[in-house]
Amino acid sequence: MALPGEPATRRPWAILAAGLALALFPLLDSPFYLELITKVMILAIFAMSLDLLVGITGLVSLGHAAYFGIGAYVLALRTPRYDPASFWTTLPLAVGLSALAAFLVGIFVVRVKSTYFIMATLAFAQMFYFLFHDTEFGRGSDGITMNFKPAAAIGDLQVFDFGNPRTTYFVALGALALVLGFLRFLLGSPFGRALRGIKANEQRMRSLGFRTYHYKLASFTLAGALAGLAGYLSALQYGYVNPELLSWHQSGNVLLMVILGGPGTFTGAALGAFGFALLQEVFQAATLRWQLLLGATIVLLVLFVPGGLASLRARFRAALVGGPRP
Amino acid sequence: MDLASLLIQLLNGVQYGLLLFLVASGLTLVFGIMGIINLAHGSFYMVGAYMAFVFASATGSLLAGVVLGIGLSVALGMLLEWTLFARLYQRDHLDQVLLTYGLILVLEELRSILVDNDVHGVPVPPMLAGSIPLTANLSYPVYRLFLSGVCLVIGGLMYLLIQRTRLGMMIRAGASNREMVQSLGLNIKLVYRLVFALGVALAAFAGMIAAPVSSVYPGMGTHVLIICLVVVVMGGIGSVRGALLAALLIGIVDTFGRVFLPQAAGVVVYLVMAAVLLWRPEGLFRSI
Repeated sequence: MALPGEPATRRPWAILAAGLALALFPLLDSPFYLELITKVMILAIFAMSLDLLVGITGLVSLGHAAYFGIGAYVLALRTPRYDPASFWTTLPLAVGLSALAAFLVGIFVVRVKSTYFIMATLAFAQMFYFLFHDTEFGRGSDGITMNFKPAAAIGDLQVFDFGNPRTTYFVALGALALVLGFLRFLLGSPFGRALRGIKANEQRMRSLGFRTYHYKLASFTLAGALAGLAGYLSALQYGYVNPELLSWHQSGNVLLMVILGGPGTFTGAALGAFGFALLQEVFQAATLRWQLLLGATIVLLVLFVPGGLASLRARFRAALVGGPRP
Repeated sequence: MDLASLLIQLLNGVQYGLLLFLVASGLTLVFGIMGIINLAHGSFYMVGAYMAFVFASATGSLLAGVVLGIGLSVALGMLLEWTLFARLYQRDHLDQVLLTYGLILVLEELRSILVDNDVHGVPVPPMLAGSIPLTANLSYPVYRLFLSGVCLVIGGLMYLLIQRTRLGMMIRAGASNREMVQSLGLNIKLVYRLVFALGVALAAFAGMIAAPVSSVYPGMGTHVLIICLVVVVMGGIGSVRGALLAALLIGIVDTFGRVFLPQAAGVVVYLVMAAVLLWRPEGLFRSI
């Protein structure tokens, strides 16, 4: 039986080609699409971080937006009114604090069963939402507009000029590539194999002597840290944060991205982010009532295409040449 | 703060808690018996409140609106169970989360198309519009007391239904072992459909009777859903008793939190949930 994540290792060329296309895209010189694809690449990082939980560890989190939002808020709150913040200090801080928040929540939630986990992650995410929404320190529902993009200087040399959308684009692309590489490395490591073992059969892993609680907590913390990275980049791109970044719609949408692409492969989650953005653009162009179309599409997808869009290929093949249906 | 205002806050907290119990009990029953995690449950509350608003303004009577609304919400529950949820019993929680998330988007948008996106008030029925004087300048509205009374009555009826009737026996049996119930020749599908419709009706009913107090607004379903998830998680998934206890606790904590810690009001409830989870990771009660 193929473990999740393995089929895609057979297509490194597809990943390289996609990377090359993304690297060459700015040559087209289309500011609108440059910004859109930057956004989608950041969402892809976010979706991949959730895939570590959903597709690899088997933990369905419905509160993942909280850590995305914390990463974003760290940049906004650390940006002084009259100066740019330093990229080199705020980025690790954002990732670190998102990881810390995920760790603290994880202590509570990773020891409970799957349904509990869904509800408890959602509830804790809502707590963070209200933390930024209701309190003085989060500046309420209006959010925070940053006057400056962070400065990334080493000595006198300005390494990244985030005033230029292309720089942001390439930084997002670089982050996407790094995170994808890191996660795929992780997947093949003993740690990643243990996580997959937990997804397949936690009881058995425990009886083999694995402390599954610690593995799950580590996975949850790591996923929170990567979501924080995505949130940081998102705040960097738009120069603006508000509590909606932590809303459970955001958590639901990112879960949808993971499912669209097929959980357990990371590249699938990234593709899901692109698919979701495309779907949203098409629906929004078609009607003001696009939420109705989106909702109906989700319902029909679950009813008639269990396994997500990722299973369509296998279904198609099964219909043509026979063989096992997914 | 003097005694009378404390009493008022306590009554408000209990009333809010009892209302939450009505919504959360349906959520916990549907989970405990059918194993379905239904995120759209809060939307049924929203649907109920909007039905109360639309029908009460059309007929001029909240009572008529409630009667009509209960009938429609039972029908809605039956229809949704038949078309959507019956297909989810064998699926994993991920599919259930997704489908019900999609359903939320559909119901929200339908609400926006059929009614509108404004905030509406629903008048308190004239018979219950008065208030009871407590001190010289403090009084308590009759309708809120009536609300608590209605919730208590319904809670009592649910207890009788589950503990004392044949259907209740089937519900309890189905919660503990559905295969066994099926192999004994009982129609578990019918039980499921009834329980689901009951859950929808309870949530919608709570929305209807809460409408005069809370007003009717877009997004009200989401808010209730998440608080009810907290209640269910604290009470123990599937436990109606646990839901009652947790709902009262949340209602009182939330109300007093808003009075004493207005800055952190939204967060207090979740901290209480964290404390309960630390103490009992599986919630307060295990069984129905």
